[in-house]
Amino acid sequence: MNKEQRNANYNIYVESKVPKTKAWPSLFKAFLIGGIICAIGQGLFDLYGFLFPNLAESELTTCMLMTIIFITCFLTGLGVYDVVGAWGGAGSVIPITGFSNSISSPSIEFKKEGVIYGICVKMFTIAGPVIVCGVVGSIICGFIGLFI
Amino acid sequence: MAINIWDYVISFLVGGFICFLAQILVIRTKITTARILVLFLIIGMVLEVFNVYAPFKEFAKAGASVPIIGFGAGLARGAIMATKEYGILGIFTGGLSASAGGIAMAIFASFIFALIFSSKSKRGGH
Repeated sequence: MNKEQRNANYNIYVESKVPKTKAWPSLFKAFLIGGIICAIGQGLFDLYGFLFPNLAESELTTCMLMTIIFITCFLTGLGVYDVVGAWGGAGSVIPITGFSNSISSPSIEFKKEGVIYGICVKMFTIAGPVIVCGVVGSIICGFIGLFI
Repeated sequence: MAINIWDYVISFLVGGFICFLAQILVIRTKITTARILVLFLIIGMVLEVFNVYAPFKEFAKAGASVPIIGFGAGLARGAIMATKEYGILGIFTGGLSASAGGIAMAIFASFIFALIFSSKSKRGGH
């Protein structure tokens, strides 16, 4: 058996062993979880609008996002968010909860490697690219802002 | 307080639909978490630069601001606003100062909870 044929056979074998994500249920679950998280966000937004009537809309949004981030980190610590993530797929990743979970999950996971090399270093394994792209992108947007 | 049920319905539907699109990507391309976050962050920035995000958020409420798209749009908007106000300096300070609350809270809460909680993972065997 030549090498290419062996590789092709291996790919077929891997394909048959990889657990299949059933398309429609997982799409529905993502929709449901994502929608619920956004609706909770709207609830917090209204709550803060009621508590602090003199804050601007953008400040209320920041308060709402910070609250969601804090709650997600707490739920990740309890191990609850992993369950939500396993069930909801992209529905748990795309809301800001996914960003928050991507920071808190590795920092808890790698705690045993110490505070500096465990928590502080591993904290940014997934969120690092997001922050880097965010900062670089915002600077590019700033340059665009000079001309518009 | 004026609670508008429509705000909740539209947040649910739009937020859910964005996650639905992301899940299609996950199924089709087996894209990783970091890549999908970056992709949607950049989509948010592009929407903001082309002035599409503001009317979209006006329509979708939290359905637009809770997904990572809103985070990207916030970074872009902060940089553009600060550039208009402070000039060249604003290009570099605007983005992070606009999103400082979220990033600071994510880092702070993760650090504190990492000190308090230990991993629930059974695979580690430690």
